[in-house]
Amino acid sequence: MGDLWQGLSQAFWLVLSADAELVEIAFRSLRITVSALVLACLIALPLAALLAVRRFRWRRAVIATLNALMGLPPVVVGLIVYVLLSRSGPLGALGLLFTPTAMIVAQMIIIVPLVASIAHQSLRDLWQEYHDLLISLNVTQRQKIATLLWDSRRALLTAALAGFGRGIGEVGAIMVVGGNIDNYTRVLTTAIALETGKGEFALALALGFVLIALAIAVNLVIHWLGRTEREGAW
Amino acid sequence: MLRKIMLAASLAVWGGMAQAADVMKMAVTTSFHNSGLADILLPEIEKDLDLEVQLLVVGTGQALKLGRAGDVDAVLVHSRAAEEAFVSEGYGTHRREIMYNDFVFIGPSADPAAIASAQTATGALQAIAEAQAAFVSRGDDSGTHKKELSLWREAGLDAGAFGDWYRAVGAGMGAALNTASGMDAYILADRASWLNFGNKGGLALLFSGDPVLFNQYAYLPVNPELHSHVKSDLVAKLEAWLTSPRAAELINSYTIGGETLFVFNAKPAG
Repeated sequence: MGDLWQGLSQAFWLVLSADAELVEIAFRSLRITVSALVLACLIALPLAALLAVRRFRWRRAVIATLNALMGLPPVVVGLIVYVLLSRSGPLGALGLLFTPTAMIVAQMIIIVPLVASIAHQSLRDLWQEYHDLLISLNVTQRQKIATLLWDSRRALLTAALAGFGRGIGEVGAIMVVGGNIDNYTRVLTTAIALETGKGEFALALALGFVLIALAIAVNLVIHWLGRTEREGAW
Repeated sequence: MLRKIMLAASLAVWGGMAQAADVMKMAVTTSFHNSGLADILLPEIEKDLDLEVQLLVVGTGQALKLGRAGDVDAVLVHSRAAEEAFVSEGYGTHRREIMYNDFVFIGPSADPAAIASAQTATGALQAIAEAQAAFVSRGDDSGTHKKELSLWREAGLDAGAFGDWYRAVGAGMGAALNTASGMDAYILADRASWLNFGNKGGLALLFSGDPVLFNQYAYLPVNPELHSHVKSDLVAKLEAWLTSPRAAELINSYTIGGETLFVFNAKPAG
């Protein structure tokens, strides 16, 4: 219990004094996860829309696989990315192992199935409503996808926030491919793992509280910018 | 709406990215990093050589594996047999001894196996095995783990055949100490990690001082003939610094709670 209170008060002071290292680590966390999220959305959202409007033979299997991959174990993704990027691996010449880029790639792979699955769910429901209308207007496939994506943008925001949540709290993959290098690839979650290893529970907890606060703050800001839950908007 | 979000996101994402002129990667052991010495040496290296050394903190086994794969430029570890194999197999150019510290036996302060009165390190281990007192092993192929296994062999015991009082946790030094603290178990640790450890609980230092417990750290540059991208010039610069009188002074004067942790013993080049 003592550690918990100490952690809370330490977190409070770290934030209040805008501790330079904490700020740097927090922004690095944000930078990596947001980059991974943006890239993941660029892949996942069109994919989800395509799965909603196109009928093809393996559609059901693809959707089922995508849903299953939501539970992709991060440490396995990390290991696969590691083996590919290692100097003795197939992509070793790029020299990307133990860089923030490698961390972004790993997180992107983890986030894509999650965002695509959630997005597909809401796009499919909307497609049922729009189907007859869009067919009768005789629009192209591309226009159907664009309409669906735009009209369900709030639901897609939820999908993206779920992806953000999975990425920002993830430690298994980024620890393996980033290496937790001080001032370079150390982020909040790997710093927490490190401090726990040192037996510095109060500091580890403080970082943990900062991480939770950061996740909440990002969600609040997005909702505020998106003007959800306000009058005149649904 | 989307545009605003994008703007906010990009502001958050692309905040500064400053770095020193030269950057190299070095794999070091958890015990070296947990000692806190790295926090003293790295800023001085950056000041003197304008070189940023990025540390990958792993066990000795994994550190050497990173060197083999060419994912780091140099390795600083403490397991002589494995290091010599690394060099003789051609993965490293040579092995340079830098400094040593020592291993200590940690255990519950009540000391049920009475190892505090043991004469030798092997005697202490025999006492633990006889009492079947809980013992936490690193179990992660690290230098400390290899040392522990060799000590069991010297004591005439087979660690593979122990009962469930022998618990291999497969974790780094700090995590293993946390486990020992939680279970009130015996554990072999390096002195530096122990002194810096924040969650001592009911544990105490019970046995140390046997010369077999000395722990030699050596610097291994990765062979540029196998991996052409290795920054050999920076690696050589760092080696010269680590074996210089300046490093000697910093290493020898590093203390925690008044206790000296490392003894510099690099021999001058030549």
